[in-house]
Amino acid sequence: MDAIVVLLAAPLAGAFLSIAAPRLAVVASALVCVVAFVAIGLLGAEMLELGPAIVVPGNWGVPLGIGLEADGKAVAFLAMTALVMAGVITAASVEFAPGSGRRSFGFWPLALLLWAAMNAMILSRDLFNLYVGLELLTLVAVGLVALSGKADALAAALRYMIFALIGSLLYLLGVVMIYGAHGMLDMGLLSARTPAPADGLALALMTAGLAAKTALFPFHVWLPPAHAGAPAPASALLSGLVPKASFLIALRLWSEAMPDIVRPEALVLIALLGAVAVFHGGLLALRQVRLKLIIVYSTVAQLGYLFLIFPLAGGEGAAQPWSAGAWSGVTFHAVSHALAKAAMFLAAGLYMRAVGSDELGAIRGLARSMPMTTFAFGLAALTLMGLPPSGAFTGKYMMITAALASGQWWWGVVLLGGGLLSALYLYRPLEALFDGEGPAEIIRPRRREELAPLFLAAAAILLGIFSAVPFDLIYVGRPDAAVTGL
Amino acid sequence: MSVYLPLLILLSSLVPALLTFFLPERAHGLRNGLNLGGALIKLGLITVMLVSVGRGATYDFSMQLAPGLVLALRPDALSLLFMTLSALLWFLTTIYAIAYFEGKPNQSRFFGFFSLCVAATTGLAMSGSLITFFIFFELLTLATWPLVIHQQNRASLAAGRVYLAYALPASAALLIAILWLESVTGPILFSTPAPLDRLDDTSLRIIFALFIAGMGVKAGLIPLHGWLPVAMAAPAPVSALLHAVAVVKAGAFGIARITIDVFGIDRVEALGVGTPLAVLASATILWGSIRALQQDEIKKRLAFSTVSQVSYIVLGVALAGPFAVIGGLAHLVHQGLMKITLFFCAGIFAERAGVKKIEGLNGLGRIMPWTSVAFSLGALGMIGLPPLAGFVSKVYLGVGALQSGSAWALAVLAASTLLNAAYFLPLLYRLWYLPPAPDAAGDEGKPGLVVPAVLTAAASLGVGLFAGSPYSPLGWATLIVTREYLP
Repeated sequence: MDAIVVLLAAPLAGAFLSIAAPRLAVVASALVCVVAFVAIGLLGAEMLELGPAIVVPGNWGVPLGIGLEADGKAVAFLAMTALVMAGVITAASVEFAPGSGRRSFGFWPLALLLWAAMNAMILSRDLFNLYVGLELLTLVAVGLVALSGKADALAAALRYMIFALIGSLLYLLGVVMIYGAHGMLDMGLLSARTPAPADGLALALMTAGLAAKTALFPFHVWLPPAHAGAPAPASALLSGLVPKASFLIALRLWSEAMPDIVRPEALVLIALLGAVAVFHGGLLALRQVRLKLIIVYSTVAQLGYLFLIFPLAGGEGAAQPWSAGAWSGVTFHAVSHALAKAAMFLAAGLYMRAVGSDELGAIRGLARSMPMTTFAFGLAALTLMGLPPSGAFTGKYMMITAALASGQWWWGVVLLGGGLLSALYLYRPLEALFDGEGPAEIIRPRRREELAPLFLAAAAILLGIFSAVPFDLIYVGRPDAAVTGL
Repeated sequence: MSVYLPLLILLSSLVPALLTFFLPERAHGLRNGLNLGGALIKLGLITVMLVSVGRGATYDFSMQLAPGLVLALRPDALSLLFMTLSALLWFLTTIYAIAYFEGKPNQSRFFGFFSLCVAATTGLAMSGSLITFFIFFELLTLATWPLVIHQQNRASLAAGRVYLAYALPASAALLIAILWLESVTGPILFSTPAPLDRLDDTSLRIIFALFIAGMGVKAGLIPLHGWLPVAMAAPAPVSALLHAVAVVKAGAFGIARITIDVFGIDRVEALGVGTPLAVLASATILWGSIRALQQDEIKKRLAFSTVSQVSYIVLGVALAGPFAVIGGLAHLVHQGLMKITLFFCAGIFAERAGVKKIEGLNGLGRIMPWTSVAFSLGALGMIGLPPLAGFVSKVYLGVGALQSGSAWALAVLAASTLLNAAYFLPLLYRLWYLPPAPDAAGDEGKPGLVVPAVLTAAASLGVGLFAGSPYSPLGWATLIVTREYLP
């Protein structure tokens, strides 16, 4: 369908336009937003009626052509990307106003290319095409980290690039093995392949590569300096969106392309790494004194939750009724995390500009002079804690229910314990913000800069209150057996 | 109309709450109009519902959030008992708070979160399913925090920290209990008995204990009551909200719901968890009173008195005889009316006369007569002097204790009455019999402060005098219990 092609082409066109005519960068980005929302709306409406949409550009049949497919999960991730982008573009139109130097010249094409890469990875089902998307996403993300040009940002960017390139290589190695054994790369076709002995190794290599890019424990060490060193709007994109793409591919590999060779121990191992990430990230967040670092370590923890899906809906569990809940739960979690995390970074950026530092001691009492930003920060914190009525609560509720129904109650304990831990580490900045009168003289943010985080955080909350429509959407393309569960 | 009535009642608090956040600080008229208007509309809607539920009508408004996750508003007689109380007190507390906060900063934030708390309480009262209850319970926890820390000084921030340190693990316990139960039985609705037979007795006992732990923090059951006295750092209208309108009541209401509608009184008996709960409630009653005796700050003394008095409700429900349950449920309203009177008055003493300690009360009866009369009525009611509200509750609780063969509970009630007298009478003595200190000065200020206090004092006299009416708290509690025991 055309909407899929538009979703790939529009951000790319916007990126070129913003290089060719830097003064029009914001206008171009806003146009891309409008186009993307319309396209996603049309795609979602069509899918609810007709089921997953498949398109093969150029009408070359798979495996000769490259298949693009939008199922429920894809549309949810597309919408997540578009919402976060819209918020970040609104906020960045002040900080990176066109014509204000090298940083703003760099930001707009990078952000739009990042969007294009995200959409390509969400929609593509071809392993090599996904590799291209991964590489594009990595390079753009490294560019965003290095945007400020400061020495430690460059060091962080370099470290990120090394990790990401090793990840890409591992992934590519796996892809080559698959191609060598089966001569095809489309996920749909691979699911019906004759298993080859090297499949297990190939899957393991690809997963390791993707895990490095998703910053799964213990491959997370690149993430904190990289995300904390970037300017706030860039951090919002990096933390909210980028790791979700590689997670989605890993999930698709395990559940769609090669579910037949998945071993239960492997599923548990991945979830165990996720659980360690939840607690490791949470405990480290508790020890930080800079707001941005707290948010960054919270990303490490929150990404850990996502991997709990593997034993709940992967392998044998895929056919079970509870997998449906886990499946939608993780999607809700990913989307609300993206929205809340982006909101939190944008708010942190405003605090940082207001007082010139993001140390908890420096932002003391800012709630008084920046109430709207603080309200947004509070709503985002509530989402990250997984408390009702946020979308993250819906997600957590469904994942815990799935954990109990499948008899694996310990994953439920991880989810609840992680939630309490996040309440602890997010309480510290909240308390600082409300502590006392705050400085008299601050650099006030512009109105639309304050509205952007509020919009994102409110979206994360509304996702929890009106979760019925997204819920139906996420289901499109799932095996029917799953729907009746719960 | 009637299908949407529960939703409208919820929105009558929620919409003013959300709009208030966006009002500029100086828009006093608009903000006050919005909140008072919402409260009046709510009272009107609740009256309509009260009459029709009294005649046997039922309401159901459900919204599917996700499969298995249904937001169900199904107000029944028990809901209305709590809702009517909170709506009435919301109206009066808003009048009081408008006068109290005049000229102080951050009013939009205060009234926004205050109305949000009331909205959460309303939703919690109307919840028709466990998960709906949990969602609103949690919303209440979160919306209360900004109120506790409203003054943004060291003491209130510490109070906020302690509050969340108690409340969030409690929520986790509650969520574990709900999910554990529902993973076996499927979604639980309060209106239909849950198939609890699918769980073994030990699991059920653990789940019950988790429920009590989760709710017990809000209800101030020992040893989970520690946050309540600390939270006294908050301004007077917030204390009123915590102690009478919403928070501790939500805990007691939750325990009533779990005991009566989820487990059922018979099963609580059969599992043998009723008596331990009654003993815990009794211990809380006595311990709270003893601790109240030791306080020399008026608000601290009142806080420990709440710890003690709220457990009357829990005791009534735990004793499980019809009369005890009636007494407990009626006390939900009675305690609310009396305690809010006391907190209103304590706020007036602090604001208008600068009196926070008990010795400062000397002779204030002559200087601030209306406040002192209201305070005295509230205190005497707490002691249980006929014909005030507290007397009615205690009689029913006592009869209920005998009826369910727990005569020891009578001793608890008697001891508690003595203790109540011991910590309230010295205050009244100081107010009326001792000469004022030479530098004592004060006036009763604006009518916005005194009128609500006098009204709630009059109400706590009225509900005692007219306890026989079907629409009195006692009459309504009798209706609830009749429907429960004679379905």
